[in-house]
Amino acid sequence: MAKIIRKETLAPQIKLMVVDAPWVARKAKAGQFVVLRITEEGERIPLTIADFDPKAGTVIIIFQEVGKSTMLLGTLEEGDEILDFVGPLGREIEEKNFGHVVCVGGGVGIAPTYPKAKALKEKGNRITSIIGARTKTMLFWEEKMREVSDELFVTTDDGTYGEKGFVTQVLERILKNEKVDLVIAVGPVIMMKMVSVITKPHDVPTLVSLNPIMVDGTGMCGCCRVTVGGKCKFTCVDGPVFDGHKVNFDELLARQRIYLEEEQRALELWTVEKAKEEASRVV
Amino acid sequence: MPQRPPEERIRDFYEVPLGLSEWAAVEEAKRCLKCKTPQCVKGCPVEIDIPGFIELLAQGNFDEAIVKIKEKNNLPAICGRVCPQEDQCEVQCVLGKKGQPIAIGYLERFLADYEREKGVRSPSLPHSRNRKVAVIGSGPAGLTCAGDLAKMGYRVTIFEALHAPGGVLIYGIPEFRLPKAIVAQEVHYVQSLGVEIQLSRVIGKTYTLDDLRDAGYEAFFIGTGAGLPYFLEIPGENLNGVYSANEFLTRSNLMKAYLFPKFDTPVKIGRRVAVIGGGNVAMDSARTALRLGAEEVCLVYRRTKKEMPARVEEVERAEEEGVNCIILTNPVRFVGNENGWVTGIECIQMELGEPDESGRRRPVPVPGSEFVIPIDTVVVAIGQGPNPLFLESVPGLNLNRKGYIVADPETGATNLRGVFAGGDIVTGAATVISAMGAGKKAARAIERFLEAPDSFPQWR
Repeated sequence: MAKIIRKETLAPQIKLMVVDAPWVARKAKAGQFVVLRITEEGERIPLTIADFDPKAGTVIIIFQEVGKSTMLLGTLEEGDEILDFVGPLGREIEEKNFGHVVCVGGGVGIAPTYPKAKALKEKGNRITSIIGARTKTMLFWEEKMREVSDELFVTTDDGTYGEKGFVTQVLERILKNEKVDLVIAVGPVIMMKMVSVITKPHDVPTLVSLNPIMVDGTGMCGCCRVTVGGKCKFTCVDGPVFDGHKVNFDELLARQRIYLEEEQRALELWTVEKAKEEASRVV
Repeated sequence: MPQRPPEERIRDFYEVPLGLSEWAAVEEAKRCLKCKTPQCVKGCPVEIDIPGFIELLAQGNFDEAIVKIKEKNNLPAICGRVCPQEDQCEVQCVLGKKGQPIAIGYLERFLADYEREKGVRSPSLPHSRNRKVAVIGSGPAGLTCAGDLAKMGYRVTIFEALHAPGGVLIYGIPEFRLPKAIVAQEVHYVQSLGVEIQLSRVIGKTYTLDDLRDAGYEAFFIGTGAGLPYFLEIPGENLNGVYSANEFLTRSNLMKAYLFPKFDTPVKIGRRVAVIGGGNVAMDSARTALRLGAEEVCLVYRRTKKEMPARVEEVERAEEEGVNCIILTNPVRFVGNENGWVTGIECIQMELGEPDESGRRRPVPVPGSEFVIPIDTVVVAIGQGPNPLFLESVPGLNLNRKGYIVADPETGATNLRGVFAGGDIVTGAATVISAMGAGKKAARAIERFLEAPDSFPQWR
């Protein structure tokens, strides 16, 4: 059990929770994730750690409400407890001075970008960050990202804030004009794929943080397998961070769609049930 | 033992064998010859006094008979269901030389079920020795080691990575073969001996062995099992619809996907399902697929039925339920459609050649015999290896070529002082009962180590 100490709505459907989990906070490193479960009937949900405080014993998770499980998580309030909270899982990123690092965060992927930028900033890297969202209201943590970056660029798809367009446009511009030693990208698979495509001709090492479907998160089920450099890897124990130039993104995109029908069905049922519940409360 | 008819049982996940009646159990027990030097005990890795409990059972003294079993075995309802008795105690039975051996497994199950229905008695506990032992993993090896150490008076904590205790008993073995309520009850019994279980704690990640040492644990038993699924490493294996048996069974058993959408974790099942492999895990996967609604389930195995590692009883049950065995056949590649879903398995015909290191005749491909089996779902059940997650966190621990822990077969001692290991993480995938045997031996060795560390022999 892990208590939710604070809850914040960052953007429509994007929520932040500060969770009391000293056993995770004490060991957490940038790049790692947790697996949580909300109810006895619930799924095991993997979420990248957005920030952690070993002294306070707290871990921050940020998630977008897209399906039944994340919506259910979103209904929990301060003081409520998360049934299982397991971690930290996965491998941490290598924390050293690479030189000039560009951190790219897209959508809810801004959250897991933050601890990586922060850790690498502490190691003396020059950090250029690019964060992007669909629209202004979906953007969050701009200030936090600015604190750990030497330079920060913001884009929105619809131009309601920052530069109109995608994070990849800014990245391309930087690559043309400056020497970059490492690019780290976290966001939708298609964004990470495009980032990797762009950095390839510039020969800039590129790390991406993958988010395939998982069950146990400890290397037991093999559900999260991904092809990297022609070899089969388990994202949960070999990753979640991999060399973007070697990842088979198309396979990953297909694998993320395995349960679309079931996810839809679960969400519809849940929405109907919730509506019924609310109706009965009104009566 | 009476069992439910195939056409009924493939529609649900309830248990298949129904158990013996009181009358049948007593009559069966009366067949025991009471040998002067009983052979059956030699075949039992956890050293149950088999003639002792059978005699009490034959007299109708069920209460004392189950106590007799529990002197040695903390998990009788589990063992009575999933032990390969035909290869262990029963194969030694003198009656078996000329006819049927005593059905020791059925009798053990009968007594365990009898006690459970009556309400399990908590044993009287010894005085605490107030010394802490950590057990990593709550599978059969860990539960046995922990239970025995608790009976000796030690303070034992089991650390489990998943959210439910039981290891392979809970994520691997299906409900229709081992009801989870029974696992829960026997785990509860081990807890009633004073064992604490911490769930959702991944040793190697959440805590290291050094962290546990700092917290006052003086000895360690590693029973993390062989949970890393092997794949065939052939083209198309990451297509949608290709599962490892571990994933398929974990979704169904631990996460209760057969109750979706009441439970949130789904599992995808096609009209035609192929399971690759011939072991007990393959049988469990095939029978689970049927119950999840598959119309046709086949088992693709590269040798013949004779070489299948599964229990004969399990193969028979699978076939009764309609599983079709395609033998002497090996997959060479998975075929998929443009959306990334598997649609078929290209296989090659095999024939048996000379015996290999396993003593079984080696399957050899017949050139030019390739053919495609059209399929919607594949479950790869070709075995598991050691999960490196924990092992990587213990520098200096001796591992063998295949990545398993090197441990003294008699004591479970590893090359690290105070660190013991047993079960599948030492032997590779084996049986529940052999893992329990290893847990039992290690518990005795841990006692020797804790009471006289200086005289405990260093292992390698």
